[in-house]
Amino acid sequence: MNALALTRQGDEWHLALNGDWSLAAMATLDLELGQLNTPLSGTLVCDWSRAADPGIGPAWALLTRLGDLSADTDSSAAASSKRGLRVVHIGGPSTLEFLRKLKVERRALHAASAPPTLDSTLGGLGRWTLLQGAEVQGVVGFFGRIVVVLGEAFRRPRALRPSSLVRHVYETGITAIPIVALIAFLISVIVAYLGAQQLARFGADIFVVDLVTISVLREMGVLLTAIIVAGRSGSAFAAEIGVMQLNEETDALRAMGINPIEILVLPRILALVIALPLLTVIADAMGLAGGGLLSLLNLHISLPQFTSRMREALAPTTFWAGLIKAPVFAILIGMVGTYRGMQVRESARELGRLTTVAVVQSIFMVILADALFAVLFMQIDF
Amino acid sequence: MQEPASSSIIRVQGLVNRFGTQVVHDGLDMEVRSNEIFGVVGGSGSGKSVLLRSILGLRRPDGGTVELYGQDMRHLSREQRSRLVRSYGVTFQNGALISSLTVAQNIQLPLREYFSMPEETLDGLAELNLALVGLPPDTARKYPAQLSGGMVKRAALARALSLEPKLLFLDEPTSGLDPISAAAFDELLLYLHSQLQLTVVMITHDLDTLFRTCNRVGVIVDHHMVTDTLEGMLRSQHPWIHEYFHGARARAAEKEVNG
Repeated sequence: MNALALTRQGDEWHLALNGDWSLAAMATLDLELGQLNTPLSGTLVCDWSRAADPGIGPAWALLTRLGDLSADTDSSAAASSKRGLRVVHIGGPSTLEFLRKLKVERRALHAASAPPTLDSTLGGLGRWTLLQGAEVQGVVGFFGRIVVVLGEAFRRPRALRPSSLVRHVYETGITAIPIVALIAFLISVIVAYLGAQQLARFGADIFVVDLVTISVLREMGVLLTAIIVAGRSGSAFAAEIGVMQLNEETDALRAMGINPIEILVLPRILALVIALPLLTVIADAMGLAGGGLLSLLNLHISLPQFTSRMREALAPTTFWAGLIKAPVFAILIGMVGTYRGMQVRESARELGRLTTVAVVQSIFMVILADALFAVLFMQIDF
Repeated sequence: MQEPASSSIIRVQGLVNRFGTQVVHDGLDMEVRSNEIFGVVGGSGSGKSVLLRSILGLRRPDGGTVELYGQDMRHLSREQRSRLVRSYGVTFQNGALISSLTVAQNIQLPLREYFSMPEETLDGLAELNLALVGLPPDTARKYPAQLSGGMVKRAALARALSLEPKLLFLDEPTSGLDPISAAAFDELLLYLHSQLQLTVVMITHDLDTLFRTCNRVGVIVDHHMVTDTLEGMLRSQHPWIHEYFHGARARAAEKEVNG
């Protein structure tokens, strides 16, 4: 049975509503209303007596459709006499009159509402350009404010917030030791294992020691540590500061005359600058241990042999060439994480997005910086 | 939803709630009748929000029974429970609009969850609910963060109304609003209450709202609830209730309403 039946009775239209007219039947009702496209004028009698459980939503949809149909005739037959539609409801829900008044008010509002703004490709490009410009300005400004606070700290050591610093060294450094040690160990075992397979074909097994020690000390120890820390602490910084932004905690700090850069950003960056080199030393040690263990078990290179070969393979600068990169990576990770955190505005989605951006960008920056270091060290023969 | 035999829609009996050793409710009784606006009042920490959470089934009480439409939520199957949850609307203190969705999407969220409807239908219903709470049509496309405090409260009400409930729970609907917006919200609530035949349970600290809208008031004192009409409350001899309804702010609100 159709929910709607439109018939012509004399000079009146008669619309009978049947069956379920509750919100649950809304989809079907809307469909049938859409199919009702006879231009209407004169008087329409709307019979609700057989509509079960009529809801506000369906009633609203009916009023909307009837309004559209009478408006259609108005525009098409504008030349002829002005014809409106008079609707009489029989047995309708008590809310009908209320909805009808509301509908009239809303029609006036809709007519007055502004058209959508121009949203072309060109406009998008322009907005993107402005956004990128603002982004660059923001990053430079952020870096500048950090440097200013750091400069002040020389005159006023309390600005370094020692207690906060210690907490962050613990959270970013000490608690990261197990995972950093484990991953450095495993990766160097993998490298040694692969290297041994290839070098054994030339009878050059002993060079596995060169391969492992140089790659771990120069590159892998520091790079792996930095990537792990970026994932752990970069995200934590962004999320922690981001939530404080959402709670207006940073605004509260500013209102109390406390610089959020000083109390939130600087301790985190300095903590990373302290923690990351120390973690790198641990990663280096574990990497060498992994290489040594695999050499002993797989290639039967004894520990004294391994260490003496290691001394020959390594230049005095090899260890430092790795370690010197750690503070630079620390600054990059810390700055990206805290900057993205400070950018959080308004919504939980922003928080999630910027935390992701913080991790991805800090890992990217670390690898980019590592590549630049590789070129630099080659040029200066370090 | 079937009409219950008696006209009481919510019946709370002997409700006990405690956190560790701290007792919040100790044998609290409450009854809300059909088609009334029931105000819940109490000092900070007296457990108004805990009571609301217990009624909504968001918190399992430590004792007592809570019945909505004569049904105890704890004894219902998943299916029945879901149907019961659909029969009421709730607004939370800070709006609790989902911040990653537009206002229209927030309103459509329960509709999408329970019905399958084409987009145009959903848009029509979003427009209806915005109209009900008196928000302009262009609010539909905005995100909650772009709204003022008063608009957030109205948008939350629009979402609560989207399933066409007959029962509404409002947690401090006028807190944080300026007096003009708060008064406008009171009028809106009275208007919807009369037009849509709603039963409303409202937690509020706003004495103006209380005097303007509520038929009966339940005051949580000493871990129990004292329920009476406003006139009855004004005559109460209980020291806290007397203080609450006869303090300087209360007198001003009363004078304003009673002229």
